[in-house]
Order: sequence, then C-alpha cells, then structure tokens
Amino acid sequence: MKKLFPILGVLTAILLSYALYMALIGAPTEKTMGNVQRIFYYHVPSAWTAFILFFINFGASIVYLIKRKPAADIVALVSAEVGVVFCTVVLVTGPIWARPVWGIWWTWDMRLTSTLVLWLIYVSYLFLRRFSSSGETPMLAAALAVLGALCVPFVYFSIWIFRTQHPQPVMGGGGSIDPRMLHVLLLNWLAFSCFAYLVCWSRYRLERLQRDVDQAHAMESLMDPRGSVR
Amino acid sequence: MSGNGYLFAAYAVTWIIHITYLGTIVRRYKRLQGEIEALKENRSQVLGVRSQG
Repeated sequence: MKKLFPILGVLTAILLSYALYMALIGAPTEKTMGNVQRIFYYHVPSAWTAFILFFINFGASIVYLIKRKPAADIVALVSAEVGVVFCTVVLVTGPIWARPVWGIWWTWDMRLTSTLVLWLIYVSYLFLRRFSSSGETPMLAAALAVLGALCVPFVYFSIWIFRTQHPQPVMGGGGSIDPRMLHVLLLNWLAFSCFAYLVCWSRYRLERLQRDVDQAHAMESLMDPRGSVR
Repeated sequence: MSGNGYLFAAYAVTWIIHITYLGTIVRRYKRLQGEIEALKENRSQVLGVRSQG
C-alpha cells in the first residue's frame, strides 16, 4: 500500500494537469460570458466532490452510531474535513464568478445561502471534534453529521424548489451543455475525485497514527520511571 | 478586473486552499513523528531502568 500511494499521487498530478489544460485551453469559450465561464470547471466539480464527501461522512456516521467502530469514526472525520475544504473552494470561487457575470459578489439567494449554512454545519462538526474532549464526542458528532447530511439534498434541489439567481444544474436539471464542455467538466471532476481520495487516504493514516500515539501516551502516563505499572 | 483576471483569481485561490490544507497535514505528520521519537526514547529509558533493576 505504501508503494501504491506515490504512484497514485503521480497519476493524479498528471490527471489534474491535463484537466487544468483542458479547462483553460481545450474547452470551447462560452459565447456570453467568455473566459470567465471557465471557473465552472473548478466550481462545479468541487461542489460535487464536497457533496460526495458529506454523504460518505453520513454513511460512516450511521455505521459508527450502529456498530461503534473506530474506523467508521475516522472515515467520518476525514470525509467531513476534506469536504469542508472542497466546500470552501465552492464558496470562494462562486462569488469570484458571480462578480463579473451578475455584477455582485454575493446575494442571499437560496442556493448560496443554503451552501453557506451547509458549510457552517460541517465547520461546527469539525469544531466539536477538535475542542470537545468528552468520550461522547464521536457519538454527538455522528448525530450532528446525520442532521448535516439532510441539508445536502436541500442545497442541491434548492434551485428547483425556489426561484433563484443561480443557474439550473448541469446534470438532470433540464439545462443543455455543449458535449465538449461536459467532457471537460467530467474530466475535472474525475481529477478532483482522485485528488480528494488521496488526501482522505493520507489524512486517514495520520488520524490512525495520532490515535495510536495518544494511546501510547496514555499507557506511558500509567507507568512510573522504574517501569512498573501503578 | 478583466474576465481573465477573475478566472486566474478563482483557479489560484482554489490551489491556495488545497495547498494550505495539504500543508497542515504535513505539519501534523511532522509533529507526530517528533512525538513518536520522544515516546521511543522514553520507552528505551524505561526499559534500561527496568533491566538495571
């Protein structure tokens, strides 16, 4: 497994570079917005990746609530953390795209507001994990994650339910897209998914190591300098 | 700012966010490696005391 990681890392870097080239040069220029529309190739795949990670967090939290498996707790924590990073990208690239197209950085539109609320829920999840030292923290966090995951479909479908300024979804929303643009979009999504998988993998290993070290510290504190257990 | 400026800003900020996060992971790994070394040293000292006893 240790040998596989660098190989996958190199392959992901190549894929990300190719996806970046396609997004900037390979994809056709949109007629109305021009080059600024190319933000779409980073904004939308980041949103999809964040949603998938939040669903993984939801599944792992359910498993933890039922079976109390520490591995499920680690998967939940890692997916939430990486999901927040991708959701941050969405919340930052969105206004940068909105400014030249809508003329404003932000509007309290249902899609934008619900995405911000979703981000705040998962940030509070991470704060809970970080600052609470109670033994009940993983269970409380899992319960919060289940509630947070309910927000994900609401964010996705908010543009169908409410009249919003945000464009209709590319997939399954009745909107049309040039097949070449769709190809570049899916390529970028694949590249970001591979990148997210590798980041989750290294973060998972780090968390396991951290827990082993914490356990070793706990064992050490039980032993006196002469090596006998108190 | 021109359309290209916004495009560059969006792509740059995306990678700044990702690289910053990767940096925190690397920093945590290094800190943990330091803790592991300290634990190993402590354990070897404890075992040394035990063998003397």
